[in-house]
Amino acid sequence: MFKRLGDTGATLTLSVDGKPIRARIGDTVAAAMLAAGIDHCRTTPVSGAPRAPYCLMGVCFECLVTVDGIGSRQGCLVPVAEGMKIETQLGKREAGR
Amino acid sequence: MAADAYDVAVVGGGLVGVATAWGLAREGCRVVVLDEGDRAVRASRGNFALVWVQSKGLGLAPYAGWTIRSSNAWGGFAQALKEETGLDVCFQRPGGFHLALSDKELEARATILKRLHNQPGIVDYKTEILDHAQVARMLPDIGPEVVGASYCPLDGHVNSLRLFRTLHTAIAARGVTYLPSHRVETIAHDGGEFRLATEQGEIRSAKVALAAGNANMRLAPMVGLEAPMRPERGQIVVTERLRPFLHHPVVTLRQTDEGTVMIGDSKEESTDPSGLTIGVSATEASRAVRQFPLLANVNVVRTWSAIRVMTQDGFPIYDESESHPGAFTVCCHSGVTLAANHALTVAPMIARGALDKSLVAPFSARRFHVQEAG
Repeated sequence: MFKRLGDTGATLTLSVDGKPIRARIGDTVAAAMLAAGIDHCRTTPVSGAPRAPYCLMGVCFECLVTVDGIGSRQGCLVPVAEGMKIETQLGKREAGR
Repeated sequence: MAADAYDVAVVGGGLVGVATAWGLAREGCRVVVLDEGDRAVRASRGNFALVWVQSKGLGLAPYAGWTIRSSNAWGGFAQALKEETGLDVCFQRPGGFHLALSDKELEARATILKRLHNQPGIVDYKTEILDHAQVARMLPDIGPEVVGASYCPLDGHVNSLRLFRTLHTAIAARGVTYLPSHRVETIAHDGGEFRLATEQGEIRSAKVALAAGNANMRLAPMVGLEAPMRPERGQIVVTERLRPFLHHPVVTLRQTDEGTVMIGDSKEESTDPSGLTIGVSATEASRAVRQFPLLANVNVVRTWSAIRVMTQDGFPIYDESESHPGAFTVCCHSGVTLAANHALTVAPMIARGALDKSLVAPFSARRFHVQEAG
């Protein structure tokens, strides 16, 4: 759905639910997931509906994901890093994660 | 009596008022609830939602029995509301804890319970002191700093916002007239009926039940009663929704039916409902993390402060006026815990026109005047 405007810039690799994706240095987790064609990053704690990043500026909290074991991180505010482990978050967060 | 007069005017549309109004309507009374508008300082939207027994009654032994009566009636109360409205207020009574983070705190807790139990006429409500290992069997996620707790099997909790909504739905279904933006300015007693002057005109009724929280202090003298109050501010911190991990309420912390964790129980001498004292929220959050370390990285999604309804000695006030027959006060801090009593016990007394002294005499405001207490 989304296309990069150009091909410049160094890339790195992170994983989403164990599958590697390529991202550019400077991407946020949310942008990297969208660019990789991932259509949802979590399901809601109330209805279980799938959600994707929306505002991309830290306001809507739709892009919550588990980053390196810590739940409910806002994907649009976390810059990607080499080897980062992202997990989609299903329903309510588990306390302690 | 004018034909358009109500049997009972309930002053106050918070939890105490609507629980009383529902009970009155069940007795067949024609009821009007006079409420303030959206800017009312409303404890019913800010409270912690415990149905709590342990610690109640130190200094006034009958308050323990009164609280247990409501705790025992709560299940049936919730069921009756569900049958009438289809709404579940999520009442649970799994037993509750008061956690201690040091030996000193645990000793203080044990001393309070001993003093409570040593009072003449006290009922036994089975509160016991447990050590860390005993607590951990029921609350596996407690931290190493928790040295022990007091535990009472009668403690429970509820979804209090849904309770508030459910009671409003239930009184509407029973034909109670609810009038918001009708702050009562004055009450006159004239020709056997009460005339309540509001910002939107006069309401007439045969009886009046004052259930206006801290505002009872202003209203009670208008009908020959008194309600000495001492409002205080509390603050609450709420986390994001989490998978269920905590199956018993703790006096300062509980996981709601929706998954959020409410952290609270602060006390400040203030009547300002706006703003927050950040240091108080920080202390609440810090103690919560020491009690349950898995909360350390959890996100806080809301904080608020609210004004507690509090009588000067913390115990309820139920009175009927001698100078203005038909006027009653229904006034207490624990509007959630005592909701079942207000609906099922106090309201029928008001409907009959006389308080049952065998149940509520200890809660007369006459106790504030030693020479008049009988």
